[in-house]
Amino acid sequence: MTRGVCFLVSTRNNRTALALMAATCLLTAPAIAQEPKKGGTLNFAVVAEPPGIDCHGVTTFAFAHPGRPHYSTLLKFAGDHSNLKITGDLAESFEQAKDGLTYTFKLHKNVTFHDGAPMTSADVKASYDRIINPPAGVISVRKALHEDIREIETPDDYTVVFKMKAVNASMLTHFASPWNCIYRAAKLKEDPQFPSKTVLGTGAFQFVEYKKGEVWIGKRYDGYFRPGRPYLDGFRALFVKSNAVATGIIGGQFDAEFRGRTPKERDQIMEGLKDKATLIQGPWISSLLFTFNNSRKPFDDVRVRQALSMAVDRWGGAQNMSKITMLKYVGGLTRPGYEYNLPEDELVKLPGYGRDIEKSRDEAKRLLKEAGVSNLKIKLVNRNVGEPYIPGGIFLIDQWRRIGVETEHSVLETKLFFDAMSAGNFDVLMEFISDFADDPSAQFDKFLTAEKSSQAASRHQDKRLDELFDKQARTIDVVERKKLTQQFEKLAITQSYSASLLWWERIIVLNKKVKGWENQANHFTGQDLTDVWLDE
Amino acid sequence: MATATASPPSPTISANAIPTRENLVLQFIKAQPLGFAGFLIILMYFVFAIFANWIAPYDPEAVDFGAMLSSPGREHLFGTDQYGRDVFSRLVYGSRTALGVGIVSSLFGCTLGALLGAASGYFGGKIDTIIQSIVDIMLSFPLIVLAMVIVAVLGKSTFLGVDMNLVAAIAIPMIPRMARIARSSTLSIAQMPYIDAARAAGYSHSRIVVRHILPNIIAPYLIMTTAFIAQAILLEASLSFLGLGVTEPTPAWGLMLSGTSADFYKAAPWMILFPGLAITLAVFAFNLLGDSLRDWLDPKMKG
Repeated sequence: MTRGVCFLVSTRNNRTALALMAATCLLTAPAIAQEPKKGGTLNFAVVAEPPGIDCHGVTTFAFAHPGRPHYSTLLKFAGDHSNLKITGDLAESFEQAKDGLTYTFKLHKNVTFHDGAPMTSADVKASYDRIINPPAGVISVRKALHEDIREIETPDDYTVVFKMKAVNASMLTHFASPWNCIYRAAKLKEDPQFPSKTVLGTGAFQFVEYKKGEVWIGKRYDGYFRPGRPYLDGFRALFVKSNAVATGIIGGQFDAEFRGRTPKERDQIMEGLKDKATLIQGPWISSLLFTFNNSRKPFDDVRVRQALSMAVDRWGGAQNMSKITMLKYVGGLTRPGYEYNLPEDELVKLPGYGRDIEKSRDEAKRLLKEAGVSNLKIKLVNRNVGEPYIPGGIFLIDQWRRIGVETEHSVLETKLFFDAMSAGNFDVLMEFISDFADDPSAQFDKFLTAEKSSQAASRHQDKRLDELFDKQARTIDVVERKKLTQQFEKLAITQSYSASLLWWERIIVLNKKVKGWENQANHFTGQDLTDVWLDE
Repeated sequence: MATATASPPSPTISANAIPTRENLVLQFIKAQPLGFAGFLIILMYFVFAIFANWIAPYDPEAVDFGAMLSSPGREHLFGTDQYGRDVFSRLVYGSRTALGVGIVSSLFGCTLGALLGAASGYFGGKIDTIIQSIVDIMLSFPLIVLAMVIVAVLGKSTFLGVDMNLVAAIAIPMIPRMARIARSSTLSIAQMPYIDAARAAGYSHSRIVVRHILPNIIAPYLIMTTAFIAQAILLEASLSFLGLGVTEPTPAWGLMLSGTSADFYKAAPWMILFPGLAITLAVFAFNLLGDSLRDWLDPKMKG
């Protein structure tokens, strides 16, 4: 079993350092394969409340963590981030036509829903039809991502064929999306809103109860189609405040929290649990972005945007911020380490990524002067989410102060934040990239024109980015696609409509008895708990 | 028609009995040494607030990664926080936020409360019933809960660097408390013969209230204002601690205790120790002064 790459972060506390070192050594040493044990209940913390229970309509880990174990998807991701691959879930096998216009899935024949009804191709078709063409009253937040699907054919009960309107290089990723849960067609026919009221899937765990703000309980589904799985008897997802997680894990109230902790909380848990902890650290497909409102002056001036990006010492910041927050990696618009990434030697030539920060800031001051805004005052709108938004805001404001820019930090509740974002009520917005997979189409979505993407907040009108985006999305050839995505990245960073601050590091501390969980570099996938077991 | 030209006599002490300003200060020091100690502490905070630019050795908002979590010493008197910001400088500048928000909101809340209470007690009848019903409703909410609701509804609106909605959120819950006290004082004053004389002389209500009622409730007003400044500082710190008050990176005592600061309580206890002490000392000083003023000004407390 492979584990996430672990890093030892310098700390002032020697005992913690030793504990971390021990954990790191344990994790980097070849792991001895253990025979999984059956039984037990996994207790884990969830630090937010799900806004809904319909996979097709929600976007948050707050649902994915307690909800995903009840459902299956056509494909899924397997392995940890260093060895991640797309594999079948309900699909026993799958095939992509050479022209990229047809996908054929052969389904497992022994799958049943938790009410005992057999799962067939009709259920897959009904579920995807619901995503692509949601009936009135149904919210399908990922409808646009599936618009290239022309039709879905079901030649027999266990074969599904997706015919495409056009090539979509990200389509397999979408089929493996943790949000594309398969629902029962008969129930959807009776009531298209059924999944927003009832949890009924084919996953490894059957739904027992959900007490809002308290607990979500699931128990093993004995009719699960994979022999010998799941290992657990059940799970309990406990809804708690983020600042209660560390003490909760130390006190044994729960065994894990799967979103991610800060370096300080890691140290606290490691010290509290001593040799009873497993530390998993690694990359995270999440980044803080600062987005300029291009419909407001002077942010419509590329010199001003570039200057504000050039003022930020990303390299120094990454080194130091990673000691106190989850902000760790310098990167462009895709996750550092991802195969399509701009190489570092090219990245450092772009505005805001130079290694000589003094030179960069001198140039930033010159650009502001040239643009006639030497005494710039900015309103930075941020979320009142502690990690990593507030530390990111403090860092950014300090960096801008160094070129004489004064900033008002407006910290808003999540709803007010998104209201300000959609209404364009900001100078600069501290937002994020957070996806379930490394995929240029998903990560570049935020950098497009508002006409093209509902996710774009910068309000620019640069059609060159839209065109490059479409080209890369329609290119299956990996080398050609990489070239196009790097062109996109260079153009987007040069224009700086929206700029990446720092990419996050995912820090998970589990009670040592929790086995079989892997970091897939995001907090959405890898949560079906099928392979998780307790060593007790 | 003859008109009254002279004001009716006010029952204040005669001119001979009024002590000189110098005597007044000495009398207070002699009679209330603890109150004077409180006054000196408050004075120190005022000096911090006014001369922060000269007193603070570092820019309170400047991040210095090279000095992250430095312990107290010659370089950084009270140490630094996780961003390498000087804790002493942030405390010195934080006194601006604390005193600014505390004094403005306390003055605003107490003045409005005194006017409402005086009107309620003076006019009586339906006006009294309406005002007191509103006061009762407002008093049924704990101070912090009411302030949280107000700040959540109003959001943020900055004027001269002070969040006016935060000031309002702290001031509004103080209005009913002051109104209740002002009303009871007014009720007793309104029975005085000189008020009857003023009415008989044909003075307008506003003149009677402003010239004869309000000057006579100045003592409870001063006492309550001083006491409320302490509460306002505490409330501002609590709201900032809860993420509803002042926002980072502005130096504010409550904010210095909030967020991830608590995570560093073992590695860098000075990060929470000194802001906690600053709040405690300020609240203690204002309470000392408030109590001493009450003892000194209220004749019922004498002897």
